[in-house]
Amino acid sequence: MIQKENGARITMAKIKRAKNGRIIFTKEMKRDYTILVPDMLPIHFEIMKYVFLNEGYKIELLRTAKPEIKQLGLRYVHNDTCYPALLVIGQFLDALESGKYDVNRTALLIMQTGGGCRASNYIHLLRKALEKAGYNQVPVISFNLSGVEYNSGFSLTLPIIRKCTAGVIYGDLLMLLSNQVKAYEIHKGDANRLIEQWVARITKQFQQSRGFALKAMKENFDRIISSFAKIPMKKVPKVKVGVVGEIYVKYASFANNNLEEFLAEQDCEVMVPGLLGFLMFKVDARIQDVKLYGGSKIKFAVATFLLNYFKKVEKAFMECVDKYPVFTQLSSYEATKPLVDGLIGVGNRMGEGWFLPAEMIELVNHGYENIVCTQPFGCLPTHVCGKGMIHRIKEMYPRANIVPIDYDPGATKVNQENRIKLMLSVAREAMQ
Amino acid sequence: MRIGLDVGSTTIKSIVLDDWGKIVYSAYERHFSQITAKTAEALAKVRAAFDKSTPFSLVISGSAGMGMAESCSVDFVQEVYATKVAAEKNAPDTDVIIELGGEDAKIIFLEGAMEARMNGSCAGGTGAFIDQMATLLGITPDEMNDYAKESTKRYTIASRCGVFAKSDIQPLINQGADKRDISASIFHAVVNQTIGGLAQGRAIKGNVLYLGGPLTFMSELRKSFDETLYLEGVCPENSLYFVALGAALCAREQVDLDTVMDKLSQYEAVNEFNTLPALFADQEEYEQFCSRHKQADVAYGTLEGYEGKAYIGIDAGSTTVKAVVMGEDKEILDSTYLSNSGNPVPIVKEYLTEIYRRCPDIQIAGSCVTGYGEDIIKNAFSIDWGLVETMAHLKAAQEFMPDVEFIIDIGGQDMKCFKIHNSAIDNIYLNEACSSGCGSFLQTFAGALGYSAEEFSRMGLFSKNAVDLGSRCTVFMNSSVKQAQKDGVSTEDISAGLSISVVKNAIYKVIRPASMDELGRRIVVQGGTFLNDAVLRAFERELGFPVVRPVIAGLMGAYGCALHARERVELAEGGEKSGIVTRLELENFVHQVKNVHCGRCSNNCLLSVNTFSGGRKYIAGNKCERPVTKQSTDSDHNIYKYKQELLLEYSSIKGRRKEVIGLPLGLNLYEMVPFWHRFFGELGFGVEVSPFSNRELYLSGQYSIPSDTVCFPAKMLHGHIEYLRKKQVDAIFYPCMSFNFDEGLGDNNYNCPVVAYYPEVIAANVKFDGLTILINDYVGPHKRKFFPQKMTELLNRYFTDIDPKQVKRASELAFQEREIFLGKVRSKAAQIIALARKEGRRIIVLAGRPYHVDPEINHGIDMLINGFGVSVISEDSVSHNVSKFPVRVLNQWMYHARLYAAAKYVCTQEDMDLVQLVSFGCGLDAITTDEVRSIIEKGGKIYTQIKIDEITNLGAVKVRLRSLLAALDRQKGPSGSKRIAGGN
Repeated sequence: MIQKENGARITMAKIKRAKNGRIIFTKEMKRDYTILVPDMLPIHFEIMKYVFLNEGYKIELLRTAKPEIKQLGLRYVHNDTCYPALLVIGQFLDALESGKYDVNRTALLIMQTGGGCRASNYIHLLRKALEKAGYNQVPVISFNLSGVEYNSGFSLTLPIIRKCTAGVIYGDLLMLLSNQVKAYEIHKGDANRLIEQWVARITKQFQQSRGFALKAMKENFDRIISSFAKIPMKKVPKVKVGVVGEIYVKYASFANNNLEEFLAEQDCEVMVPGLLGFLMFKVDARIQDVKLYGGSKIKFAVATFLLNYFKKVEKAFMECVDKYPVFTQLSSYEATKPLVDGLIGVGNRMGEGWFLPAEMIELVNHGYENIVCTQPFGCLPTHVCGKGMIHRIKEMYPRANIVPIDYDPGATKVNQENRIKLMLSVAREAMQ
Repeated sequence: MRIGLDVGSTTIKSIVLDDWGKIVYSAYERHFSQITAKTAEALAKVRAAFDKSTPFSLVISGSAGMGMAESCSVDFVQEVYATKVAAEKNAPDTDVIIELGGEDAKIIFLEGAMEARMNGSCAGGTGAFIDQMATLLGITPDEMNDYAKESTKRYTIASRCGVFAKSDIQPLINQGADKRDISASIFHAVVNQTIGGLAQGRAIKGNVLYLGGPLTFMSELRKSFDETLYLEGVCPENSLYFVALGAALCAREQVDLDTVMDKLSQYEAVNEFNTLPALFADQEEYEQFCSRHKQADVAYGTLEGYEGKAYIGIDAGSTTVKAVVMGEDKEILDSTYLSNSGNPVPIVKEYLTEIYRRCPDIQIAGSCVTGYGEDIIKNAFSIDWGLVETMAHLKAAQEFMPDVEFIIDIGGQDMKCFKIHNSAIDNIYLNEACSSGCGSFLQTFAGALGYSAEEFSRMGLFSKNAVDLGSRCTVFMNSSVKQAQKDGVSTEDISAGLSISVVKNAIYKVIRPASMDELGRRIVVQGGTFLNDAVLRAFERELGFPVVRPVIAGLMGAYGCALHARERVELAEGGEKSGIVTRLELENFVHQVKNVHCGRCSNNCLLSVNTFSGGRKYIAGNKCERPVTKQSTDSDHNIYKYKQELLLEYSSIKGRRKEVIGLPLGLNLYEMVPFWHRFFGELGFGVEVSPFSNRELYLSGQYSIPSDTVCFPAKMLHGHIEYLRKKQVDAIFYPCMSFNFDEGLGDNNYNCPVVAYYPEVIAANVKFDGLTILINDYVGPHKRKFFPQKMTELLNRYFTDIDPKQVKRASELAFQEREIFLGKVRSKAAQIIALARKEGRRIIVLAGRPYHVDPEINHGIDMLINGFGVSVISEDSVSHNVSKFPVRVLNQWMYHARLYAAAKYVCTQEDMDLVQLVSFGCGLDAITTDEVRSIIEKGGKIYTQIKIDEITNLGAVKVRLRSLLAALDRQKGPSGSKRIAGGN
């Protein structure tokens, strides 16, 4: 059992509750509380952290990865719930229990996508778990773009959205470049050093309220790309592997048993598609709903505005990368849509939806024919858009070499790695 | 010389090739998890067989060889790839390889683009599975093969995973089915599992190669594959060695064997497991523990020469038979605890004979039986009473602790936990078919490692660093153990880890308490598994306080039965003599089994009719009580039945247009059929609806299922599509629907991701020829205003002559039809409720989803409940009685909003209770079950959940329902007494 802190202490901010009983994160709390955020993508989240720090939020990323976290998750969350929920909630509880934070002045922030997938319910599972563990006083903030829950002390204003978008795109760029360099760099560690440098520089710019206007971004992009292009590399033929899947296990190394590291050890070049595409897909889902079934013109307009902004940023990014033929990049979001014609409808919008098979095809088209498709065991949307599509994609693209891997607290690394190795054997043979 | 080593999950195979590729050496042996030592040994043997100066190259393959090869800098080849290499050399014409190993199953397609499938992490072992089943039948795998040769019929055994199959087989054994038929059925289940789980839409045809241990050693398994695939596969020479052979063929670089062996001896696997503190610090602590538990004991007497009244209690459990002979003063005169090795009848017969022999003048005053075999034993030996297991255990536990608050019973195959409130059972937790990480699991593992169960558990007592193996199902734990072994964890630590896992499984998976306080402080633990001191200790450790474990922990069911018999006899003064078979009758005891098909409904169950001397009869294998009572369950008491009848009204129709639209009766179409039937009918299309599901229908579509972990109702859809294709309809209409109708009960009206998008899976995995097309576009009837226009656009893409006006009219009528359908269901529910109240019947809201109406999906649970004299209604027939209310989850799925509403409604009705049907693998129900439970419990009711899958065994379901009804009776007075209808 988690030990509760004994002796009641008076919190500085008054606890206000919404109609359904949840604690509202108030303005006073913004001043006093530390907000804990589970990390998913180390580069992206580190940069975005500064967006919020600059707005006066005390934010801290959780990067813990001990095995106890799984145990806590299993103890406080229904065991048939998806693995990401289990890990994230376990990670939160572990943090609260660690003694590092004043539990009366800590809030938790969790992503809520608001789609038909179970992920929209993580926040409620988290609250239930907090209650079970005796942390009733800890407010939980929903990070969402669909206005599911309102908090007076936390709002995603347009400037914040703009800055976060910049954070995402810098993250995507650094991830893209470093992955293509790491496998071939002559001095091991060059790419990682550059990542560190750039994260520091960008966050510094953010602190000075610079670096997120389109023009500034373009300048940064150029410098970043040219700095990576200068890293001395020895290009030898390597197996190229793409990683796709459910968003959390695809990105979070804690969830996918250090998949990228494992692939690097197996002497592969890895391509992990960026986060911006997924965000565009999520926004676009609302547009598609209206197109398919009819509906509100206002929602349509808001979503279209946001999507167009994303597209503009994406275009700037792609133009900059295009100048350096040494780097490969995947196609624009809009260009991936026709790829799934006759495979899956763009109305498929829960979880990763049609965008997951689109990414697989994209990877195949760009020479990353070997793909690990990651999903939590029993993940509902990926039964359809992940595992359900592989057969057909292989028919359409015979070179595609895809292995679906399930992640779960009970699934063993040895099983997962064995299956990935099989995929790699096929890949190596195809290379010869 | 090239050496290939295949270090598999259970065996090591070695092959040596000479420079011309000829096999000059081969060896095969079990490694009993001592992987590094045995590998070094295997290499030493190779070297000894050849001249000292022979140069060797070496490649290691196999699931257990992976990490080891790398750390010894030996080349490693993935085993499927190795198989492929070997096949290309030895059987170049091969199109498909089917390889079953100790714990892996693989299909490799060589023709065209090479593709290999391995069983997922959930899909049970194969070789290990067969071994386990053989153990269950009390025979060797070889004997099983011999038995299968003489089979005459096949039973349906769930092929999804080993644990499920086991719970199908156990009742067959208990019901007295023939071992020959069971053996053949097990092989068939393996075949279905392999094809269903691994083929994933790609046809297995051409030259098929059978490899691996099970397929090499078992002719009947090969035959079963041949029959199912309509071909004749070949099991080649060296079929056991293909992986090793492939590895040898890949060997290039010369190695020095001495160096490799040296490195192997130094190899220390990195242990990635979490370790847990030792169970006991020292011998002294253990002895204290033992003497504390010795205190919970009973009085004993002697059977020989006993002169008072005697009572017999029998517990015919899933894997063991327990019996107690009790004297007048509750003293135990004699007891037995025997493995039932397939059939409990002869065991009980033998024991009764022994009692009569040892105490010829015994005066048996009463007898009572419980457990899986309750019915057959009761009939066979004319036992006076049958008692539901939970009640038997409660009775026994109260004898040791009258104010017991919580009882946990872990037996061979199941786990029963119940909360006691005011001396009545307040809540029941039973393990699901998938988490039977119970006693038989420990036993199987002990066996696999070459120990007896007792030895194995004792080894764990003083382990220093017990490994944390997780708390999931057997199969998962299986591979955790595999990894632990690979990492060099000692057997002692594994044993302790497994004991801890059993405990964690019980607490966190089955009981799921919010806090340990919920269990109370007065806990009795029992069941054979708790006789294992390591398990008991781990349990007390996890709870943080001591519990009571009676010395007779393994006999509690039988003990409770004897107590029950004694109580009944005492209460009904007079009745001095039990009706149990007399000594003479026992001497002439005859037991015959005949198998017949029931034929009373579409299920057409295969019945085992047991007849005993004296004309007593017992029928098993039935899903409902019809063959027993000869009465049909009718829709007056059963809304599921009524809905089935109602759906039959939407049958095939001819239209004025020539095109026929096919509607698959599955998932959301269970509710949408009236809508679409009317819609297309009005537009002049012919309509063809697929029938209710059955086993054959399922098997016909099994080949195209891409994800074997998706829920059964979704998998069933593939069969419905096959049906409609065979009917050659012009178009199968199975649209994607992100949203369902908004009934105003939730915050949103989504469908679950699987229900919403399964049509995409069908489109991507079923090949449609020219005759039939699939229309799986996205439609949104929730936007009624836009619907006609959107549908016109859609239909225009596929058909000519679509008149927008007609579409508009058809849409309106379709919306009306849906209302009519739902209205009929609701008013029927009201009638059922009224009738039940008039007749003083209990009412159960069997709450699931619309597609749970399908008889193959609900397995007749509705009829089973009816058989207890209880009326059945459904969640969608009462949910409209409640308006939207706050729940503690995001209430965004339409079908699930109904569940919450139904639960809320049940709480307002005194004579109603809720039983939730949950399909295995339903991710959303991980969220809904907890919420429904909390609504129900807040309303002061007992929550009952039934997990269903392919599984056809209703034994566990029966126990659960009977326990529920018994608990309700004890709470509210016996059933049948007049009840006051709750206000509404």
